Amino acid sequence: MKLDAKIPEGPLQEKWSRYKATCRLVSPNNKKKLDIIVVGTGLAGSSAAASLAEMGYRVKTFCFQDSPRRAHSVAAQGGVNASKNYQNDGDSAFRMFYDTLKGGDFRAREANVYRLAECSANLIDQAVAQGVPFAREYGGYLANRSFGGVQVSRTFYARGQTGQQLLLGAYSALSRQVAEGNVQLFARHEMLDLVVIDGKARGIIARNLDTGEIERHAAHTVVLATGGYGKIYYLSTLAMGCNGSAIWRAHKKGAGFAAASWTQIHPTCLPQSGAYQSKLTLMSESLRNDGRIWVPKKAGDDRPPGEIPEEERDYYLERRYPAFGNLAPRDIASRAAKERIDAGFGVGPQRNAVYLDFAHAIEEYGIDTIRERYGNLFRMYEKITGHNAYKRPMMISPAAHFSMGGLWVDYELMTTIPGLFAIGECNFSDHGANRLGANSLLQACVDGYFILPYTIGSYLAGELGTGKISPEAPEFDAAEQAVRDQLARLLSIQGSRTATDYHKELGALLYDKCGVLRTREGLQQAIDDIRALRADFWQNLKVPGSAAQVNSELEKAGRVADYLELAEVMCYDALTREESCGAHFREEYQTAEGEAQRRDGEFQFVSVWGYTGPEEEPELHREGLVFQTIQPSVRSYK
Amino acid sequence: MRIQLKIWRQENARAQGRMVDYELADINPEMSFLEMLDVLNEQLIQRGDMPVEFDHDCREGICGQCGLFINGRAHGPQAATTTCQLHMRHFRDGDTIYVEPFRSRAFPVIKDLRIDRSAFDRIIQAGGYISTRTGDAPEANALPIGHKVAEAAFDAAACIGCGACVATCKNASAALFTGAKVSHLAMLPQGRPEAAERARKMVQQMEDEGFGHCTNTGACEVECPQEISIRHIARMNFEYNRAGVLRK
Amino acid sequence: MNRTLSLPNNLARKNLMALTGLFLCFFLVIHLAGNLQLLLPAERAQLQYNHYSELLSHNILIKVVSYVLYASIIAHAVYALVLTVNSRTAQGGQGYAYDKRGAASTWYSRNMGLLGALLLAFLIFHMANFWYPYKFGEVPVDAAGRKDLYRVVVLAYREWWYVALYVVSMLVLGFHLLHGFYSAFQSLGLYHSKYGRWVKWAGQAYTLVITAGFILIPIWVFLTKPMP
Repeated sequence: MKLDAKIPEGPLQEKWSRYKATCRLVSPNNKKKLDIIVVGTGLAGSSAAASLAEMGYRVKTFCFQDSPRRAHSVAAQGGVNASKNYQNDGDSAFRMFYDTLKGGDFRAREANVYRLAECSANLIDQAVAQGVPFAREYGGYLANRSFGGVQVSRTFYARGQTGQQLLLGAYSALSRQVAEGNVQLFARHEMLDLVVIDGKARGIIARNLDTGEIERHAAHTVVLATGGYGKIYYLSTLAMGCNGSAIWRAHKKGAGFAAASWTQIHPTCLPQSGAYQSKLTLMSESLRNDGRIWVPKKAGDDRPPGEIPEEERDYYLERRYPAFGNLAPRDIASRAAKERIDAGFGVGPQRNAVYLDFAHAIEEYGIDTIRERYGNLFRMYEKITGHNAYKRPMMISPAAHFSMGGLWVDYELMTTIPGLFAIGECNFSDHGANRLGANSLLQACVDGYFILPYTIGSYLAGELGTGKISPEAPEFDAAEQAVRDQLARLLSIQGSRTATDYHKELGALLYDKCGVLRTREGLQQAIDDIRALRADFWQNLKVPGSAAQVNSELEKAGRVADYLELAEVMCYDALTREESCGAHFREEYQTAEGEAQRRDGEFQFVSVWGYTGPEEEPELHREGLVFQTIQPSVRSYK
Repeated sequence: MRIQLKIWRQENARAQGRMVDYELADINPEMSFLEMLDVLNEQLIQRGDMPVEFDHDCREGICGQCGLFINGRAHGPQAATTTCQLHMRHFRDGDTIYVEPFRSRAFPVIKDLRIDRSAFDRIIQAGGYISTRTGDAPEANALPIGHKVAEAAFDAAACIGCGACVATCKNASAALFTGAKVSHLAMLPQGRPEAAERARKMVQQMEDEGFGHCTNTGACEVECPQEISIRHIARMNFEYNRAGVLRK
Repeated sequence: MNRTLSLPNNLARKNLMALTGLFLCFFLVIHLAGNLQLLLPAERAQLQYNHYSELLSHNILIKVVSYVLYASIIAHAVYALVLTVNSRTAQGGQGYAYDKRGAASTWYSRNMGLLGALLLAFLIFHMANFWYPYKFGEVPVDAAGRKDLYRVVVLAYREWWYVALYVVSMLVLGFHLLHGFYSAFQSLGLYHSKYGRWVKWAGQAYTLVITAGFILIPIWVFLTKPMP
C-alpha cells in the first residue's frame, strides 16, 4: 500500500491556493460525459453531489434513509466553526488551524487542517446565501458562541439545530439539481459493495431497501460520504441506521483504513437508563458555556443535588483545568467524567452520570436568558427524562459520538483505491486524535462544497478517454454475486440470536475495552472476544424473512457483520499505538497527574490498516506526520 | 407495565392490511415508544414471525423519519413530540395502544407502519431552494438580517418533514409543510427574488402529488413536533396570490 | 387526480371560497341592517320594511349585486363540493382504525361542509318562504299600495316551530361564520401575527352581531308583533 499524501509544495498558507491554481481541469462539455456516484446524502454527500452536478457532471446519489434530508448531519446541535473574527477576539485562519491541530493532539496533517480553517469563512457565506437562518445579533449581524477547546468565539449556530439547518441548505441545493435532471436520487438504497475494475473504483452494488432488488451502478468515480461508524458501540449518539458498511466494504476492496480506534466519546449525553436502551441522546456541548459540571465530594452521596451544599461539591473540571474549566475539550471532559464515575462518585439511579448545573447561570443571567439560549435543549431533556433542568441539574454521561478514524485519504481526499474518494466523517483527515466541537459540520461542508469539486477534476481529467463504464463488466458480476451470497448466508443460518443482540454485546465489549480507557491486556482480550463473537454470529444468527422484501433485520445483520470485522481492526489500532493521544488513552501511557502522554518520537504517524483477507490479522502501514510550521507541544488546558 | 398493542400489519404496498393484537409484559416506563416496539420485534423474531417494520432513524426528534399514529393522534398524545421522543411513562399499566401508519393517498404504505413520503422531496424539488451556486458567495455580514426576522425564519425552517401535519389533517393537506418552506425563504432577503415563482411551483406540485386543501382547522400546528404556526400557510397563500396578481 | 373545475389547484379554489364567502359575509350585514327595521313599532315597521323591499327589487344596481350574490352562493357551494371530493381522494381509501384527531381542532372548523350544507338547505327553505312569493307569488298590498312583505314575515314568525327552526339555523350560520370569516382571511394570505389576531377578533365580533341579530328578529316578532 503506497501512502502518498500528495501535499502541495510551498508555505502552509499558500498550499491550497497553489493547488487550485495549478490542478487539472475538465472542460464544461466534457463534464457531462463523466458519471459520479456519491454515496450518502449528509452534509458532505449532499454538498458534494449538488456542487458536482452544478459544475456539469452527471451524478447519482444514494442514501439508506427515505429522504436525503434525514441523514444524521441533521442531528448536530451546537454549531459550525469559522475563523471570521466577527467578535474581534483575535481569531484568524492560523489560530483556528492551531486550535484544531492542538485539539487533535498533533495527529493530523498540517496542510489539511490549515485548508479546513482557510475555507471555513467561505462556508458561512455559502450557507447564508442558501438561506440558513443563523442566529443574529440585534444589529442584524451574525452571532457567535464559544465551544470547547478554544479561547475565541468562532462558532456560528442556528439555535440547537445547526446541523439540521446546514443540511437543509445542502439538501435544497441538491433538490435543485435533482429537479434540473443533473442528479439522479436513489433514496432507500444501501451500498453493499464497491466495484473495482483494473484497480480503479468504477461503481457500486446497491440494494433497494423497499423491494430487495440488487442493483448495479457504474461511474467513472465513486465518492463515499457515509458518515461515522460510532454506532459500532451500539449505544451512541448516532442514528439507528448509521453504519460503517460502505467504508468497510471499500476497505476490503483495498482502501486503507486509518486510525480506526480514534472515536470521540462525547461528555454531555443522557445516561443509559436500562438494558432496552437503543441510543444515547446528545445534549449540545454549548451547554458547557453556562453549565457547571460537578459530582458530590463524598462517594455514593444519595442526597438530591439541591441538598448538597456548595462546599461538598467537586467541580472537577474547574479544579483540574482552571484555564478552560467546563470548556475543556471533549476527550478530556469525558475522561474526567469517567474517572469520577469509576471512582464511585457517579450520580443518578445507575450511578453512571455527573451533574451539569445551571443554577449559577440562572442566578447570574436570569432564567429568561438561559431559556433563550438553551430552551429547546432543556425541553428535549425534559421530554426524554421527565425532569426539569431549570429546577435541578441535568444528569449527563459520556457516549460514543464521532469517528475521527476512517478511510485514509490524501490531500485530494482520494483513498488508496484510485477513483475512490472519501469525504466528511467517513474519512480520516483533519481532526487528528480528537475533534473539536463544531468542526464536524465544518469539515463535511468544506470537503463537499469547496475541496472535492476541485480535486475530483484532477482525477477525472485523466478519465476522459475511458468512455462509458459498463455495469455488465465481469467485476460487476462478481461483486453482485458476492453480495447475493452474503445475503443468502445471513438468511440461511437461522440460529437463535438477533442481530441487535450481537450488536449490543459487541458495543458493551468495545465500551469496556476500547472506549475512553484502553489497556494492552484489555485490547488483546477484546480481539479474542470479538473473534469468538464473530464466529458465534455466523453460527447462531437469526434473520427472519427473505432478501426479496423490505427486511430491516437483514439490513441490520449485514451492518453488524461488518462491525464485527471493523471492531477487530479498531482493537489492533489501539493496541499497536503505545501512547496516549486525544481520544486514545492508554492506561500505560499517562503522566503523573493522569494526563495523556504522547510519544512523538515513536508514534508521530497515522496508522493505516490494509485488509489481508478473512480472519487474517490486518497489516499496518504508517504515514509519518511532518510538522513544518508548528512544533507539537504538550497539550495542556490547565 | 403491561400493555396491549393493536398494530397495523401490511405485507407490502399492494396487500390488504389489518390491525393485529399483541401483548407485552414488563415494559419499563422509562423506555421510549420505539424501544417498546424494539422489544416487541425481538419477541416476534424469536417466535419466528416477521418483525413490525416502522420508520425511525435518529431517535432524538430531528430526522423526521419516525412517524406513527398512536392512539388516534399523530406522534401520540404528547404535544410537540416526535414518536421517538414519546416515552412509555405517558401510558398507564394495562393500556391498549393503537399503532397505525400516517395515512394519506400521497403517503402510500410500503410495509406495516412504513410509508413513502417522497412526495415531500418532490415538493422541495419544485422550488424549495434559493437558486445560488455553491462555491463562492458574497460576504455573509454584507447582508444584515434583523434578529427577529432571522428567528422567525428559523421557526419556519425548523420543519423536520415528518408528515404529521398531513396525517392529522382531515383533508390530508401538505399546506403546513409547503407553507413552512415557502415562508422560511420568503422572509429572508436572499429568498425574495424567487418568492413568487417558488410559491407558485411548490403549490402546484403539492396539488400534483394529490394532497388535499387547507381548511385552516389548525390541527397541523397542534400536532407539529416543531410547533410551526399555520401563519406560515397564510404566508404561502399570500406569496401565491401575490404571484398571481403581479404576473405579467 | 383532483377535480379541477377550471382552477389549477386547491389553493386557487380556496381563494374562490374565501372571496365568495367574504362577499356573502358582506351581504349578511346589509341583510341584517334591512331586517332590523322589523324591530320598529308595528305601523312604522310595516311601511318602512315594505318600502325598503320595493327599493331593493327595483334598483338596477341592487339587481346586479343580487346576481353576483346568487353566483357567489352557487360558486361557494359548488367549489365546496369539489374540494370535499378532492379531500376524500387525498385521504386515500384506508381510514384510521382509531381516530382521535378531533382533539387537535374545533368541531365546527372540521365540519364546515356539513354546516354549509345545512345552511344551503335553510337557504332554499328561506327563499321559498319569502323570496319566491314576493317575486312570483300573490302578496297582499299595504296602505301605501306596496307588496306587504312585512305581513308575510310576521305571519311566518307567529309559528313557534318556525321561530325555533330559524334560531337553530342561525346558530349553524354562527358556527360557519366563526371559522369561515377568519379562515377566509387566512386563505387569502393574511399572515401578519398582529393583524391576523385582530381579524380573528373581528370575526368573532362579527359572528356575534350577525348571529344575535338574526336570532333576535324572529323571537322579537314572535313575542311582540300583533297581526297587522
